[in-house]
Amino acid sequence: MTLPFALLAGLVLGGALAAVTCRERVHAGLFLALSLVGLALVFLRLDAEFIGFVQILVYVGAVAVLIVFAILLTRGAENPRERLGNSPGFGILLAVAVFALLAWALTSASFPKASETAAALTVRGVGDRLMREYVLPLQAIGLLLTAALIGAAVIALPAPTNPATPPTNHDPE
Amino acid sequence: MSPLLLHLLLAAALFSIGLGGALIRRNAIVVLISIELMLNAANLNFLAFWRYGPEPEALNGPLFVLFAIAVAAAEAAVGLALIIAIYRRYQTHQLEDISRLKG
Repeated sequence: MTLPFALLAGLVLGGALAAVTCRERVHAGLFLALSLVGLALVFLRLDAEFIGFVQILVYVGAVAVLIVFAILLTRGAENPRERLGNSPGFGILLAVAVFALLAWALTSASFPKASETAAALTVRGVGDRLMREYVLPLQAIGLLLTAALIGAAVIALPAPTNPATPPTNHDPE
Repeated sequence: MSPLLLHLLLAAALFSIGLGGALIRRNAIVVLISIELMLNAANLNFLAFWRYGPEPEALNGPLFVLFAIAVAAAEAAVGLALIIAIYRRYQTHQLEDISRLKG
């Protein structure tokens, strides 16, 4: 294990662990951004420069900021003491068991030999593949993104002013 | 340990952290954050297998990651819109309080 990989792994895992355990939700969103930056650096070290920068642009620039915005839009009448699940110990145990199973399977598996030739992930190569073989999935993903963004805007619109029955299971103030 | 195994173990640890967060926390936004972490662990696996795999010229791993990132962005947008709509109606983030459909 090289030192840069160890540092980046610590950044990714530390950020992720802080994001899921942090009580303050704004901090959780910022820790998520930190973890995703670390993951983008791991991608850069894997010779996938294009994917690393896409990760920074899309995840850190858009998704993490969107999450922080959603947190800030919906804060307010919030009880500071968040309840955990019914049995948090069981959840932790399950997560540790999944990691142990994956680690055991990975260390006991044999992988095919890595290729000797260094792979080059050029933007030209990616664009070439996207425009030739993957042109139909590319169009489909464009349609999906359009539909998802329109749908998100429609869902988040304020409801039309009909005096609906107040929800029964919360106590306003 | 080979670099491939190290990256796969890092992805497994990241996935487990996300899984634990999604199971334990009851805050809708933190559950969404945990799901994002699990998705990113899968992306790391794709890139590691591409980089240290037998035929890196095929570029299949990075292209798959590109599509996965696009789908994850759409998922995050819709999920956060749902959270905002639910918050507007129930004034809560706690998943257990959103139980009107429960029989």
